[in-house]
Amino acid sequence: MTQPSILLDGLPVPFVDGQTIMDAAMAADIFIPHLCHHPEFKPQGSCKLCTVKANGRYVSACTLPARDGMEVENNSPDLNDKRRTLLQMLFVEGNHFCPSCEKSGNCMLQALAYELEMLSPHFDQFYPNRAVDASHPEVLLDFNRCILCELCVRASRDVDRKSVFSLSGRGIDKHLIVNAESGRLADTDFSWADKAAHVCPVGVILKKRSGFAVPIGKRRYDVEPIGMQVERLAARSADEES
Amino acid sequence: MSEECFDAEELEELLRPVVERHNGEPLQLVQILREAQEVVGYLPAALLTATARALKLPRAQVEGVAGFYSFFHLTPPGRYRVLFSDNITDRMLGSGELLDRLCNKLWVERRKLSEDGLVSVDTTSCTGMCDQGPALLVNGQPLTRLSGERIDRISELIRAQLPLGDWPAEYFRVEDNIRRRDTLLSAEWPAGEALRAAIARGSEAMLAEMKLSNLRGRGGAGFTTAIKWESARRAACHTEADAQAGARYVICNADEGEPGTFKDRVLLSSYPDLVFDGLSVAGFTIGARKGLIYLRGEYAYLLPALRENLERRRRSGLLGRAVGGEVGLDFEIDIHLGAGAYVCGEETALLESLEGKRGIPRIRPPFPVTAGYRGQPTVVNNVETLCKAALIAIRGGAWFAGLGTKQSTGSKLLSISGDVEMPGIYEYPFGVSVEQVLQDCGAGNAQAVQVSGPSGVCLAMHEFSRSIAFEDVPTAGAFMVFGSHRDMFEVARNFAHFFKHESCGFCTPCRVGTSLVANCMDKIGKGLGTQYEINQIFKIHRLLHAASHCGLGQAACNPLFDTLQKFRPAYERRLCSLDFEPAFDLDQALAAARQMTGRDDPAAHFGFAARLPGVAS
Amino acid sequence: MGAEREPERGAERVVVGDKRKLRLATASLAGCFGCHMSLLDIDERLFELVERVDFDRSPLTDIKHCGACDIGLIEGGICNAENVHVLREFRSHCKVLIAVGACAVNGGLPAQRNHLDLGQCLQEIYLTAPDIVGGKIPNDPELPLPLDKVHPIHEIVRIDYFIPGCPPSGDAIWKFLTDLLDGRTPRLGHPLLHFD
Ligand SMILES: Cc1cc2nc3c(=O)[nH]c(=O)nc-3n(C[C@H](O)[C@H](O)[C@H](O)COP(=O)(O)O)c2cc1C
Ligand code: SF4
Ligand code: SF4
Ligand code: SF4
Ligand code: FES
Ligand code: FES
Repeated sequence: MTQPSILLDGLPVPFVDGQTIMDAAMAADIFIPHLCHHPEFKPQGSCKLCTVKANGRYVSACTLPARDGMEVENNSPDLNDKRRTLLQMLFVEGNHFCPSCEKSGNCMLQALAYELEMLSPHFDQFYPNRAVDASHPEVLLDFNRCILCELCVRASRDVDRKSVFSLSGRGIDKHLIVNAESGRLADTDFSWADKAAHVCPVGVILKKRSGFAVPIGKRRYDVEPIGMQVERLAARSADEES
Repeated sequence: MSEECFDAEELEELLRPVVERHNGEPLQLVQILREAQEVVGYLPAALLTATARALKLPRAQVEGVAGFYSFFHLTPPGRYRVLFSDNITDRMLGSGELLDRLCNKLWVERRKLSEDGLVSVDTTSCTGMCDQGPALLVNGQPLTRLSGERIDRISELIRAQLPLGDWPAEYFRVEDNIRRRDTLLSAEWPAGEALRAAIARGSEAMLAEMKLSNLRGRGGAGFTTAIKWESARRAACHTEADAQAGARYVICNADEGEPGTFKDRVLLSSYPDLVFDGLSVAGFTIGARKGLIYLRGEYAYLLPALRENLERRRRSGLLGRAVGGEVGLDFEIDIHLGAGAYVCGEETALLESLEGKRGIPRIRPPFPVTAGYRGQPTVVNNVETLCKAALIAIRGGAWFAGLGTKQSTGSKLLSISGDVEMPGIYEYPFGVSVEQVLQDCGAGNAQAVQVSGPSGVCLAMHEFSRSIAFEDVPTAGAFMVFGSHRDMFEVARNFAHFFKHESCGFCTPCRVGTSLVANCMDKIGKGLGTQYEINQIFKIHRLLHAASHCGLGQAACNPLFDTLQKFRPAYERRLCSLDFEPAFDLDQALAAARQMTGRDDPAAHFGFAARLPGVAS
Repeated sequence: MGAEREPERGAERVVVGDKRKLRLATASLAGCFGCHMSLLDIDERLFELVERVDFDRSPLTDIKHCGACDIGLIEGGICNAENVHVLREFRSHCKVLIAVGACAVNGGLPAQRNHLDLGQCLQEIYLTAPDIVGGKIPNDPELPLPLDKVHPIHEIVRIDYFIPGCPPSGDAIWKFLTDLLDGRTPRLGHPLLHFD
């Protein structure tokens, strides 16, 4: 029996049973934009950046199992337009001032914005008022940039077995919380050695006193656009930063 | 209830019996938090810590759940918590003015706890009393038919700190308002009749009758019930042992959160045996030993009667071991209360909530029929669907299939409210025309009907000849009528805010998009909108429709889209002719600086003159 | 990822093939003048630019109020009343208005004051700061009043194009302007497109 495959933008892409569209694409070195997906964790399906059209229906590539013969549209003006709008939503929902952000150049949100040629936030800024948590000796939490992808939640719960992070609130008031009555990271058992310390795709969970170490021009997405880094994205694992 | 500060030990004391009642089961977290809040008055941080410890859950998870539901309070909400139902039908009946009136009388600001900790006043999504609004909830108890007079009296009762039990009973009266009965509402079988009929048929045959009936779900999606039951019946449980133990579940979706819908309320209050019978029949047919009712928090007032009824059924052998005298046929029913979250009506969010979690819709597949409650095969059905199943058990599938239309068999309950003479429940065979319904309920000057609530469809006059049926205008039951004097823009704006408030926040498009469109609508409402905002709404609509994770986000812009198509002048009247205006008031944005500097000269203002370049600068 | 971009808010295209020299104006609102420095950073290409466009109000001229223009470049966000007036003047005089730099695009650094209360800020700076005696909040009518919040310029007027960056490089500005002048849809790819 031949291996089953999907038709991704007209290209046959093989997959093995149980793989999602995202898994199959990544294995074939094809880029589908994504933020909440990480090969090491259970799919989440919340950012919707990976929205593709499978057999004519809009679906999330990171959660939908591939099926033999499925026709998937990925790199199209319509989808990229929708993805750009999603990025703009994420930008205005938080406070993203890249010039003063330590993650700049290594940030997936920013890299995707470049990839999808997002030139402006388009919508009115929400400018939410979110306090920074600097209580922890090693780590700073800047919630202003949280995109609620739950990667830290999943890493801390499923890998570190600490459940340091969780989400609270609902709708536009949804926000990240930490596992302490005081609400302070210092009062949790979080440590820089945790997996959860190294999965944030944006600039929320930051090591103190080590920012801006790599010069502009040499940072991850200065070197090469994110769309060309599929192999590295697919190989992300426990010991590597997102 | 009170707002005193408790120390941690005291809280643990108060919590212990609640946790014990639920056997320390983490899946019961939502129920435990609800009951703990009843005792303590709110959910202080130390109580969440104690709950987490007692249930061996991460504290952050407990806080996450407590922070999700509208009816959970992390800060004291006051000894009297007044929540005005904020459906458009309540607004049309003057709820906005009544809210202001109550706030004035009580000297409180909306959304803020009074300084003495006595009372807070706010709004909540539709409470399901649209046929007898304006309505409110005080400490979870519904008050209907509000008037200025009643509001004044209520403010006195609150100020006198009279316990709710001593308030006039009349205030709490909830009417059924059944206006038209068909096969369901004229049913008068004794409790257990349907269950006995199903047992007599046998589960195979019962399923065959269901197939014959072609019954489709009444909760909105219109999925064929027999297919659901059959899939769950066939699906493998986690383990063989689970299957032996009947670890399948049937769930009655009594969340009824869609604004304008209140038919399940009437079924639960006046036809509870039909509901329980239907649930038992479903359980019998798929081989489940447990049925759960997910009752929306707003209907908590129905709980005592429902529990009493379950007791009665237990005594008469309709629940518990050897149901209906059949040895080996065991069936139990539990009632879970929601805590204020419309999204929990979505069946997978409902399952999460039943499992004590945040009500976030699950990724599908897998579907509940294969992996539902506790990962086991589960059927989720609407209250009305289950009542219909009970009728089918008694009268057979062929009989049912003969009613209504070919694709939409049987009858449908409509919850009619808005600009009609006789709001209430109307049961029609499927296929009835909108026109006919309007005539029957006394809607003289209707310009529009919102069918199936904000997530449904807005019909304009030229569509009134269409019929209520899955093949034409499907509905979960809401039927809100808007007379020609109503402003359809305000209707849509109310719906936009409803979705913004109820978005669970899981996925980006719905979480941010519902806020963006609500902002657009507010901007247009203030007369600051332009064609630009209209285009934005269309664009966001397309995105939400395509990319949202669940039906809430997918439908969230429907009412805007519909009214923009059909009632464009209501928007256009408000648009300004300029090509773009800021969403905020520029002059107001200078107010803080004016105050600090004491300036009031022309350059310290923005106004019409300042808009012309060079004039004011 | 070949993104086909619609111009923002139905932007007008600059008329191509028009032999008339185009007029260009620039302004700095609540910004650091860094973006203007970048514009000057296009170095010798400035001569080419001067060949193709006339400068209205800009660092290269002495004009106070901008006249009818084809292209307006705006640096900086909106933080006071004067910014609003200048921006509106530009909008009404420029066929195509371009937001240049992080501050114009999303408020930038100045907008990081947005979570603070303006009244309190003024009070602390002018009245209660430790080294101040008998301080007074300046109230000269000649001074523009600050807005309670800083806003990106697209929240005040319609903006046709955006060139992000803090500042955008001279190359990025050059690429964008020449695309525009040549009648192409202006695009910035890797590595010209950056937010920092
Ligand atoms: C946002 C949302 C809210 C819903 N609310 C309800 C509800 O309150 N009651 C209900 O029966 N179904 C509701 N549904 C539909 C359920 O997901 C599900 O389809 C239904 O309960 C299945 O029962 P049925 O087949 O008997 O109709 C809702 C769906 C969505 C997307
Ligand atoms: S997190 Fe990313 S997008 Fe946000 S400010 Fe930092 S670099 Fe920019
Ligand atoms: S902190 Fe980072 S990893 Fe965690 S939810 Fe926010 S964006 Fe995702
Ligand atoms: S569409 Fe809305 S309600 Fe549904 S999952 Fe997404 S955010 Fe939650
Ligand atoms: S990557 Fe698929 S939804 Fe986030
Ligand atoms: S003004 Fe150019 S980056 Fe801020």
